Amino acid sequence: MAGPDRNPWRRLLALPNESRAKTVLVAFLVSAVCAALVSGATVLLRPIQAANRAAEERAQIAALVQGIPGMADLLAQSGGTLSTAVIALESGRAAADVTPATLNATLADPANWTALAPGADLAGLGQRPDYAQVFLLRDGDAVSLVLLPLSGRGYGGRIDAILALRGDMNTIAGLAVTQHSETPGLGARIEERSWQASFPGTELRDGRGEMRFRVARGPASGVHEVDGITGATRTGSGVTGMVRFWLGPDGYGPFLDAIARGEF
Amino acid sequence: MAERVDYAAILTEPLIRQNPVTLQILGICSALAVTTTLATALTMSISLTVVLTLSAGLISAIRRHIPNTIRLIVQIVIIAALVIVIDQVLQAYFAEISRALSVYVGLITTNCLVLGRTEAYARHHAPPAAMVDAFGNGLGYSLVLLVIGGLRELFGKGELFGAQVLPLADAGGWFTPLSLMLLAPSAFFLLGLLVWAVRSRVPEQIEPPEHTPPLRTEPAE
Repeated sequence: MAGPDRNPWRRLLALPNESRAKTVLVAFLVSAVCAALVSGATVLLRPIQAANRAAEERAQIAALVQGIPGMADLLAQSGGTLSTAVIALESGRAAADVTPATLNATLADPANWTALAPGADLAGLGQRPDYAQVFLLRDGDAVSLVLLPLSGRGYGGRIDAILALRGDMNTIAGLAVTQHSETPGLGARIEERSWQASFPGTELRDGRGEMRFRVARGPASGVHEVDGITGATRTGSGVTGMVRFWLGPDGYGPFLDAIARGEF
Repeated sequence: MAERVDYAAILTEPLIRQNPVTLQILGICSALAVTTTLATALTMSISLTVVLTLSAGLISAIRRHIPNTIRLIVQIVIIAALVIVIDQVLQAYFAEISRALSVYVGLITTNCLVLGRTEAYARHHAPPAAMVDAFGNGLGYSLVLLVIGGLRELFGKGELFGAQVLPLADAGGWFTPLSLMLLAPSAFFLLGLLVWAVRSRVPEQIEPPEHTPPLRTEPAE
């Protein structure tokens, strides 16, 4: 079968298959062709995939808001829309020169990211953006609901989620997981409604303002915990770290303080 | 190479008589995992058939130039590249189904059915015959997936392709869904029954017993 090939397009191809030159050549050519194929498909299809993810995120935000008791009425009163704002995380104020439309371009510049010290990096991100897009719902002048995008490191990779906080900035109104790559059947259950249903009503801090939220290692005990998922301890602690980081001083902390002072 | 190749036989043989799933019990991991609904089963079938056919064609086209020492890694690299491309296409155009299939599209790479056909057939035959054989095996796999997926969706939810077929008891009908059908064990039961049904129709598939029980069994005391 593997006799010398008379095909004239390469002298090398006529070499016996077991020769070292031929082995290296075939290995190289196959890898090069496959690499080109894979990168080509990834690059060509990325815009469509990004659009899909954005559409899904919008749908999840809508579902999250609709799922919060009483929120549909509030939405109808306020004209049925959430207002969007880009905030500078460091100051907690609205970013002056960044709009939702230019946010992606701004974040493409590495200068707009802040490296995190290992001790402060609860979510395992390494760095965080300086700007973030949040969604607000107002009841009169006061902010009655705020939706905060979070991201953190789970067991299988990055987890993206949106957390809804009530007007007191301490009670969780809901959580939606927009993207994850956890183990199907175990950690991937964070995307199930039944698990996310234990978030509403959970409180972040105790009376002294100390962060107490965590995903329990079993059934939740107390108002600061949500139920853990059996067999997915690292996914659970990933979610704990993600919430603690983003609602802490390096995340949305300054922004939440600004809302509490009525400055937003 | 003057002998005529009987493409029809190559194509139809793997459907029932040489079915890769029921006869050779290949690729059942994914067959069990993605058959809760017909839509996921169909997507998985199409993805696997496309990967299988293309990889058989490619490997068969370069079969005279694959050094024997690295042939497995060359085959795996080609299969893996095709699987990634298919996965990306699914994520772009069928985002919802791609989420339902989660890791199982990526696992086509390690589906023994794909490597089995390239190793056993495509490596020794011309591209047309290899692709027809691969397509036939893909159809055989699809047939099993669709039968199991259809049964599980029908009895588990009373639906076919997401459309209500049997009126549910909750909604005033007579059908109470069998939740077991939506769990993994039911796929084992159905696959076992399917193998039994096929082998009682085609008795030559029955394997000789590996052990003969001893004639006299002394009760252990």
